[in-house]
Amino acid sequence: MQGKIVDRLRKDWPWLLMLVPGVVLTAIFSYGPIYGIVMAFQDYNPGLGFSRSPWVGMENFKLIFQQAQFLNTIRNTFFISIFKIIFGQTASVIFALQLNEIRQNGPKRVFQTIVYIPNFVSWVIMAGILLNLLATDGIVNQVLKALGGKPIQFISNRDVFPWTLIFTDMWKTFGFGTVVYLATMTSIDPELYESAVIDGAGRWRQTFSITLPLLVPIIILMTVLALGNVLSAGFDQVYNLYSPAVYPTGDIIDTYVYRLGLQNGKYAIGTAVGLFKSVVSSVLISTSLIISYKFAGYRVF
Amino acid sequence: MKFRTKGQKIFTVINYILVIFVCLSCFLPLLNTLAISFSAPTYVAAGEVYFLPKGFTTQSYAFAMSNGKFLRAFWVSIKRCVLGVGLNLFCMITTAYPLSKSKQRFGARNFFMSFYVFTMLFGGGLVPWFILMNNLKLLNSIWALVLPLAVPVSNMAILMNFMRSLPPEIEEAASIDGAGIFRILWSVLLPILKPSLATVGLFSFVNHWNDWFQGALFMNNPNNYPLQTYLQTLLTNFRDLLRQSGSDYYSLLSRMNEQTGRAAQLFMGLLPILVVYPFVQKYFTTGLVMGSVKG
Repeated sequence: MQGKIVDRLRKDWPWLLMLVPGVVLTAIFSYGPIYGIVMAFQDYNPGLGFSRSPWVGMENFKLIFQQAQFLNTIRNTFFISIFKIIFGQTASVIFALQLNEIRQNGPKRVFQTIVYIPNFVSWVIMAGILLNLLATDGIVNQVLKALGGKPIQFISNRDVFPWTLIFTDMWKTFGFGTVVYLATMTSIDPELYESAVIDGAGRWRQTFSITLPLLVPIIILMTVLALGNVLSAGFDQVYNLYSPAVYPTGDIIDTYVYRLGLQNGKYAIGTAVGLFKSVVSSVLISTSLIISYKFAGYRVF
Repeated sequence: MKFRTKGQKIFTVINYILVIFVCLSCFLPLLNTLAISFSAPTYVAAGEVYFLPKGFTTQSYAFAMSNGKFLRAFWVSIKRCVLGVGLNLFCMITTAYPLSKSKQRFGARNFFMSFYVFTMLFGGGLVPWFILMNNLKLLNSIWALVLPLAVPVSNMAILMNFMRSLPPEIEEAASIDGAGIFRILWSVLLPILKPSLATVGLFSFVNHWNDWFQGALFMNNPNNYPLQTYLQTLLTNFRDLLRQSGSDYYSLLSRMNEQTGRAAQLFMGLLPILVVYPFVQKYFTTGLVMGSVKG
């Protein structure tokens, strides 16, 4: 047994040497914080540190689950995430189908390039732009008024705010899905369409009988992968757009952890909420990866 | 494609109109920001600036340049991107290459792959991360923005899948000539991998450039803020920035206001992304689709 390990080491040492920098940094910065989870079970006091802070068992968890505000953030997170997935996927598929109907490659590439740009704009900059556009006297409301509608408080009305998040996220990110779906469509065998034309199928018929069915596996795959991250409803976006007035409908788990745990210095409670999210998320993400492997043969690793 | 029926013609026209409308919706907000940044404050305050500057002026840009904060934050971001993208590329290459090998060629391959996948599934959370960085005395250091996330696992996987898709003969030939794996990686693989390195390098650049949160989390002193963290403070506090210019305040307000000043700085923050985007975009889509979605 020992001889075997020595043999392996003699053969594998260059690989191992190569891995050292990445493994060391990952061990410190990704595995290191896991030790801090002990705080979730302590009445943590920064002056005393992990080793001397008193243990309180599950008290922190009991406390957070009694807080209406915390339960509310869970509800908001699910609501915002799920509608983001539904709207985002739908927009990506529809726009990809539309681009697919454009036969000239030049314009098609230009359109694809343009809708992909917002993906690369940071949420800080995007928030700056959106706060301006969606203000009460902003351009969007000017258009609404010109069309005979009433101005909408996109940012400060708590009933509207979640939908502002959902639609602006859809608008910013649908280009990514479009690129993926369009790539799938270009790989569809053209003979399928040719024989459909011979059978007298028009464009609509071709779309619904050939293109869409062949897209379904990828649509399901993308949705399942997105569902794995359902507890992350978009910290950067929410944090840069929300305000206390819309906390009841716009506060999500991640923003709650940041405000409570770091800005208000309640380390232990913040850690407990974060741990709860990590545990549920890890189950969801693992499940989504397993499902997509079983279902679509998708394997990242 | 020839048009066969009138219906198809109408469909094509409507389709084009809708597509162009969507594209405009993605593009015009950026144009509007640019127009505001070059406009006189009175027109902006009256809501009269749409897609062309009104009362053209470069005062908002002059203010950003003369007020040291913008340039200082810009410089922090540049340093961060050089260090961060360099470290990311180095770590992704040295990690992806061993992990692209089969278990037969590298015995501990699956162990190390699981080591990385685990970091995607589970983490300590925000508060423990902050406390760790505090304990390591990294707060207020540029390294707090560079060292964590040194190995972006999903981008590393893209690179790894690229390496796997190369024909094994390339390496075998070099290995018969007596080259070791470091030599093969450096002189044979890296030149072939340029397009995928451009892809993951751009991902990494965009992530570092666009990140504001690590700056807000780990920098107590605003002088150390990277650009996006600084811009984030402007979303709420631009008026304070104007007031700090002291006695010039009122003469300044006649030449610019919060909106134009903010628009100018936001736009300059966006510029580096807009500049690199078209060049790498062609690699981007192929890299993305080949690396990540294997149907």
